[in-house]
Amino acid sequence: MLTCKQASVLLSQAQDRPLGLRERILMKLHLLICHGCTNFSRQLELMRAAIRRVRDQDN
Amino acid sequence: MSHPGTEELEQLRPYLLRYALLQLRDRDSAEDVVQETMLAALEGRARFEGKSTAKTWLTGILKHKIIDLIRRKSREQSLTVDDDGSEADAIDALFQGDGHWQQQPADWGSPARALEDKRFREAFEICAKAMPERNARVFMMREVLEMTTEEICKELGITPTNLWVILHRARLALRECIEIKWGAFTA
Repeated sequence: MLTCKQASVLLSQAQDRPLGLRERILMKLHLLICHGCTNFSRQLELMRAAIRRVRDQDN
Repeated sequence: MSHPGTEELEQLRPYLLRYALLQLRDRDSAEDVVQETMLAALEGRARFEGKSTAKTWLTGILKHKIIDLIRRKSREQSLTVDDDGSEADAIDALFQGDGHWQQQPADWGSPARALEDKRFREAFEICAKAMPERNARVFMMREVLEMTTEEICKELGITPTNLWVILHRARLALRECIEIKWGAFTA
């Protein structure tokens, strides 16, 4: 089982590289039981979207 | 096919400035690279083939100018990534000994609603500015310039392991800051 710390490392790296099969399975299992990491995962997506929003707005 | 006019290029200046500012976080440097980009665009206007929009074309020029500047800066200031220990320690501090979060990330609700929330955007901008220089530079190369990890490593002469530690640290710090600031705004 992954700890939250290990899961957070993989979630962050998933923003930069494709995770391997084993990594993805471990991650899915962890997210099933962990609200904190599920929230972190959504926060990463939201932060990325926010940066692009700020960057790309026309005015 | 027509070449973009001076006026059309000028209209894109605010967009270019915001783009540069997000990466460089320094108004003077940002204005300089945008000015250089405008000049290069005016000189190279005849080569613009209309295969992309003027905006995409200008963004491409700006990106090169920014990377040149980062390259010069990192040579001058040797922002070398030699103290991985401190980054790793900073990450450790956010977790308990058994690997659980010290402070569990909260539910930020619907992404669409957060993005429309003025207070979220304010919190985000304050927190992005508050990032330490080196982390911000690396993080924004990834998120604003959308360089691949290979490109960033090559540019800065760091290893992928180095890079992932910095990016992870930057993301954890940014999310924690946003959660605190945004929470304070909405409280």
